[in-house]
Amino acid sequence: MSTYSLSDAIAAEAGQSTSRARDSVGWLRVAGPGIAAAAVWVAFGLACLHWEDRGDWSQTRSLGIAGFVIAALTLLGALGADHLGKVGTGLRQRVPWLLVLGAFVTLWEVATAKFAWLPLPFFPPPQAIIEVYTDDLPKLLDSVFASVKLQLGGYVIGALVGFLTGVSIGWSRSVGYWVHPVLRFIGPLPATAWLPIAFFTFPSSWSASTFLIALATGFPVTVLTWSGVASVSNAYYDVARTLGAKPSFLVLKVAIPAALPHVFVGLFMGLGSSFAVLVVAEMIGVKAGLGWYLQWAQGWAAYANMYAALIVMSLLCSGAITLLFRVRDHLLVWQKGVVKW
Amino acid sequence: MVALATAEPIIYPAVGAALGIEHVSHAFDIDGAALPVLEDVSLSVQPGEFVALLGPSGCGKSTLLRLIAGLEPPRSGVLREDDVHIKGPHPSRVVVFQDPTLFPWRSVWNNVALGLEAQGILKRQRSRVDAALELVGLAAFRNAYPHQLSGGMAQRVALARALVNDPKVLILDEPLGKLDSLTRITMQAELVALWQRKGFTTLLVTHDAEEALFLANRVIILSDRPARIKADIAVNRAYPRHRGDPYLVGLRKEILGLLGLDATW
Repeated sequence: MSTYSLSDAIAAEAGQSTSRARDSVGWLRVAGPGIAAAAVWVAFGLACLHWEDRGDWSQTRSLGIAGFVIAALTLLGALGADHLGKVGTGLRQRVPWLLVLGAFVTLWEVATAKFAWLPLPFFPPPQAIIEVYTDDLPKLLDSVFASVKLQLGGYVIGALVGFLTGVSIGWSRSVGYWVHPVLRFIGPLPATAWLPIAFFTFPSSWSASTFLIALATGFPVTVLTWSGVASVSNAYYDVARTLGAKPSFLVLKVAIPAALPHVFVGLFMGLGSSFAVLVVAEMIGVKAGLGWYLQWAQGWAAYANMYAALIVMSLLCSGAITLLFRVRDHLLVWQKGVVKW
Repeated sequence: MVALATAEPIIYPAVGAALGIEHVSHAFDIDGAALPVLEDVSLSVQPGEFVALLGPSGCGKSTLLRLIAGLEPPRSGVLREDDVHIKGPHPSRVVVFQDPTLFPWRSVWNNVALGLEAQGILKRQRSRVDAALELVGLAAFRNAYPHQLSGGMAQRVALARALVNDPKVLILDEPLGKLDSLTRITMQAELVALWQRKGFTTLLVTHDAEEALFLANRVIILSDRPARIKADIAVNRAYPRHRGDPYLVGLRKEILGLLGLDATW
């Protein structure tokens, strides 16, 4: 920000004759990227409408119009950013992304739907993916719901069990004596390796998958909670003890809060590995969810459906991590410089 | 805080406890071998007394404090608080360590409230926390987190966290050791004022002869490890004291001599 005001000051000193030219240069520097981004999106709209599709897609026209709408909004935002307050600054920051994204979609559209440089049906055009969202929405939503339900159940169970186990090992030497070897033996095994056994020992594929997701979540949560509790400085316990703390206070109000930063690292790692298990479990055993949808789409060579499901999956996983980080930021406000997601 | 420092030296009736340390010896196990740190230490402290323990670094002063606090049992000997055998930590004997060891996840107010919360009496006595913060002049920082405080402020919070329990014995383990010299001088005066107002028995471990003489009624000189009591010096001077007082300067020279450092003075 300061560099802007500095250049403004220099421009003011340089005299009035040159200041007008400099003003327009400055204006172009600020609004230019926005205009370029709008132009790219216009190009996308034109590309959609101008050439004939090499296939039968129903949403090409709407997509072209959407391109023009995005272009108009971008242009409006770029020119009027100063009057739009927070939204305006947010938009201005994202203009380079809008530009690159527009260029990418245009290239994608041209390379697939219009000239088929990339072979169909393996590389569906954007309108084919939009079509999935408009035509196959109920099935996709059912899959999303099934995946979220399964993931949430398994993750919560795994996180709770892992947390309690970790605290117990970290706190009690005798619990550590018995649990630690088991953890070392079973923990590093990829949860997916249990898949064949889990599917015939559990009464339903749903409970088997919940178990596997819980297992994948539980291991990192256990290990990191344990190391968090074990690494709490004795000085904290000394202070609490001289102030009259009982053992329950030492666990709940000293060990656990002090270990919480580690616990969140474990929860984050557990989330990542449980996603992998979720998808595999759905592909192999459970007859629902996004993993199953992917498998089903592949069986029908419905590649657009696969891409559509992948996009949804990515948004869900990213959303879950965002949520976890929000919770962490809320609980760990006392920490300095936590990583932003 | 300045007002506190220059408070009138009225000595209130002591609420402090007497301490009895009888033939206490202690050792640490290092690689299987017992390393003696305290050897037959006997000391009796009157209620309300301010006793400084002075000795070479690593001699076992802090270990003695840990035993008095009840954080560890001694290998042999007996420690008593008002004739009651010390068998574990108790909030009537609170320690302020060299590091403030504030809980970083708790705000200043919640750090000070720690003792009352641990004893389960916080809900009824929240005003005691406010009073303790007021006492160390940090009422305005009640919602700050420890990482936002300076070293001196953090140590004041640690002091408030100890005082909120109305201890009978305040155990200070080089609490000013890591502060800069200016903050240190201010806080020494504050400590004297607090001690005079509250009347608790104070035990201070320090390696600074001047600090000991400025604060204490009595200075105990400990030998090199294993620590034995080498000298027990009464400091008969009213408060507030002045660092340039020839009497204190003389005592300081004597103490440094006992510590084998007279050649440097």
